[in-house]
Amino acid sequence: MKTTAQRDQRGNFERTQEFVSPEVNICETKDGYVLQADMPGVNKDGLEITLEGNEITLVGHRHVERLNGELIFTESRDADYRRVFELDPAIDTGKVSARMEQGVLTLTLPKSERVKPRKIKVD
Amino acid sequence: MNSLTRWQRPQLSTWPGFGQLTSLRDEIDRLFEAPLAELARTSQLLSGWTPALDIYEDKDSVYVRAELPGMNKEDIDVSLHNGSLSISGERKTHEEFKEAEVYRSERFTGRFQRTVALPTAVAADKIKAQYKDGILSVTLPKAEEAKPKQIDVNIN
Repeated sequence: MKTTAQRDQRGNFERTQEFVSPEVNICETKDGYVLQADMPGVNKDGLEITLEGNEITLVGHRHVERLNGELIFTESRDADYRRVFELDPAIDTGKVSARMEQGVLTLTLPKSERVKPRKIKVD
Repeated sequence: MNSLTRWQRPQLSTWPGFGQLTSLRDEIDRLFEAPLAELARTSQLLSGWTPALDIYEDKDSVYVRAELPGMNKEDIDVSLHNGSLSISGERKTHEEFKEAEVYRSERFTGRFQRTVALPTAVAADKIKAQYKDGILSVTLPKAEEAKPKQIDVNIN
């Protein structure tokens, strides 16, 4: 978790948490939406998904083992992942499911039954 | 920096080039959001996927870590050649998504390769690699002659 402490104008310390936005793929099928987010270093226990109103917040806490060696070169970022999305009202929020595999979160958001196209029988 | 991304139903756009421009803008946003170390990596728009690499060293081994989320173990190749470690592979799209309508596609798919020159000689037959939570960890034990040794100096 990467936290920075900065002095704001009045000289008081203000702690802010830095996050990185994970890359996502979003696609829509006739049954719902599927979102895949790249969050390497995050396992099932490090995931926090919250649904509030029509917004979904994805937070992934990185858990990467500290190595005792001397660092020669680094490109990875220490921060946790966070991204917020606004949901299509057609999504049935009670049926959202998530799966975490090798650092990729797959979120399945099914549409409510009544929104799906239906044929209406004429008597 | 919090990133609030609004995801809304896309309107019918009459301008076919629109999709390309939004991804360019996202790429530029990402460029400014990143710290200087990441800016040094060439932009992914131009050169394809460059997975992040970390290299550590202690007195016995060299450790290389690569961030490769969403790969199948069989699709990752690790090889050693002339003192350089090469990590390459191919990330494939899952079959079930080929039929769907795609709104956002930020994740890279396709071939990638990264080669890094190792700081010391390593024992090629003792290299171990592990793939967990989307991170590939390669442990390369140093060759005997490369390990630091204490040499006693006799002063007559």
